[in-house]
Amino acid sequence: MSPTGPATQGLASDAAVASRETPPADAPVAPREGLEDTTGAVVVALAQMAPRLGDVATNLDRHLTMIDEARRGEADLLVFPELSLTGYFLKDLVPEVAVRLDGPELERIARAAGDLDVVVGCVLESDETRFHNSAIYISGGAIRHVHRKVYLPTYGLFDEQRYLAAGDRFRAFELLLPRASQPRRWRAGIVVCEDMWHPSAPALLARQGIDILICPSASPGRGIIQGAALGTALSYEWMTRTFAQLFTCYLVYCNRTGYEDGVAFWGGSRVVGPDGSLLSEPGGAGEALMWHRLDLATLRRVRIAYPLLRDENDELNDRESDRIRSRRAQD
Amino acid sequence: MSQTVSAADALRIDTEVVLSLLVGFVREEVHKVGFQRVVVGLSGGVDSAVTAAVAQRALGPDDVVPVIMPYRSSSPASEADARAVCDQLGLRPVMVDISPQIDAYFERFPEVDRTRRGNKMARERMSILYDLSFAERALVIGTSNKTELLLGYSTVHGDMAHALNPLGDLYKTQVWALARALGLPDRVVDKPPSADLWEGQSDEEELGFQYALVDVLLYYLVDERRTRVELRALGYADDFIDLIVQRVRDSQYKRRPPVIAKLSARTIDREFRYPRDWGR
Repeated sequence: MSPTGPATQGLASDAAVASRETPPADAPVAPREGLEDTTGAVVVALAQMAPRLGDVATNLDRHLTMIDEARRGEADLLVFPELSLTGYFLKDLVPEVAVRLDGPELERIARAAGDLDVVVGCVLESDETRFHNSAIYISGGAIRHVHRKVYLPTYGLFDEQRYLAAGDRFRAFELLLPRASQPRRWRAGIVVCEDMWHPSAPALLARQGIDILICPSASPGRGIIQGAALGTALSYEWMTRTFAQLFTCYLVYCNRTGYEDGVAFWGGSRVVGPDGSLLSEPGGAGEALMWHRLDLATLRRVRIAYPLLRDENDELNDRESDRIRSRRAQD
Repeated sequence: MSQTVSAADALRIDTEVVLSLLVGFVREEVHKVGFQRVVVGLSGGVDSAVTAAVAQRALGPDDVVPVIMPYRSSSPASEADARAVCDQLGLRPVMVDISPQIDAYFERFPEVDRTRRGNKMARERMSILYDLSFAERALVIGTSNKTELLLGYSTVHGDMAHALNPLGDLYKTQVWALARALGLPDRVVDKPPSADLWEGQSDEEELGFQYALVDVLLYYLVDERRTRVELRALGYADDFIDLIVQRVRDSQYKRRPPVIAKLSARTIDREFRYPRDWGR
């Protein structure tokens, strides 16, 4: 599959992108390199990183370093991968690495971020001692939105339901983006990794109106057969492009890298435009801070060309869902 | 056994993807436990050659310590092949002749069969690798492939003892493909596989079937979880399926840590479950 199909090339091509390896913390950061301002443009940075398994203190420090770098690079929004504060295959470490919404870890991130918006991944502990694989949206020094992963994979190499509680909602929210001058507010929804394998999740968010679908991920690479190697990566290639195009929204996919217990996470973070084309080459297998420019003008242009959201028949959807539900109730 | 299945597409790997995963695996799993180096036993065979080549790519030639450990009855060609691998990879081998200690031990048990002698040699080599591991500050890297692990064609606490194993998820046929992609010497890749524990030993004669045949069956059984009916339709005879299924089942204990008597509320590996890379 070519990164940008000829049929869609050009639609989002003016959303120029610079992607580069992470420079050392003291290196000068070129502000908005190649990302000249246009109407309603925001700069989204993806922190494709390899968290240290079970070591929240070290990971928190690395978050603060990358927040500083994203701030100096004049990003508006910085997205971290799934469970970026903890690592993924936690098993019995879950209660030991969990943080609270009012705890010092998220507070430190919020303070460091200042007017940079951040999406960070962590295990959240509730007052009822439930542990949720969560993605937290922080803006203006406060937590503005929490998504608790709904679909916890418990098959193959996954065992999330043994250790974690499932979320129960998909809610869209406003991005505040105080660093960007906006003709209108951007709206976003979050799905965490496996959530995206259930198309009802992005569909529910799209119905609430979203401009950006954010997917923090910890996807392990597997499959080595010629022609279908790293099958999961191929699946995400298809899903990210398909959902972005069908829901005519930007899709921000931030996957982690590194190895845990011999399992490799394949990286490949990317932003897909609302026409389904990649804004730039996806990240490789190494750590990288990747910069993308998203703009409302492109969204508007694509939605005029493809008014799929306008034509979506919610009333029919509700009616058929009600019918299926009532029939099930009679069984 | 008349089989109609060839080792066709089912096992054909993307060698570039596999190599990059394995090189990253060795580098990360060695470095994150605070080591820089590995020690590997080189037999002259294809598994240890591929392991050494992957380690050399991951860590560089100075940080791979190859050890050649012949017994007096080992084939001289094996040592020459192991040296050829070292030459190609720019590695300087450590030579340890294990004949004195093996012979000294079996003076007490002169009537021992060759399997028992072979197992003792495998464990002697393990003991040497772990001694050098300490001396060289180098992790022992294993060379067991998925075929031999599944069939239990290996020595517990012998060649099965190591700190990390890059080839354990590759069938023998796939290891050969990797060896060719790595450009390892033809004499290593093309020769009949042998544990070389006694003169003229051949894996395929001892097992009673060809790797090319069993690898595809194992792939269908293990990776794809095909049913008996499907396997028959693919051309496998019932007696061959029975033989392989039983070998896999009978050797399950070799692939597991020792069984622990359950007493407390939180038994190691049953309720006490932590990642190996805990805090790494």
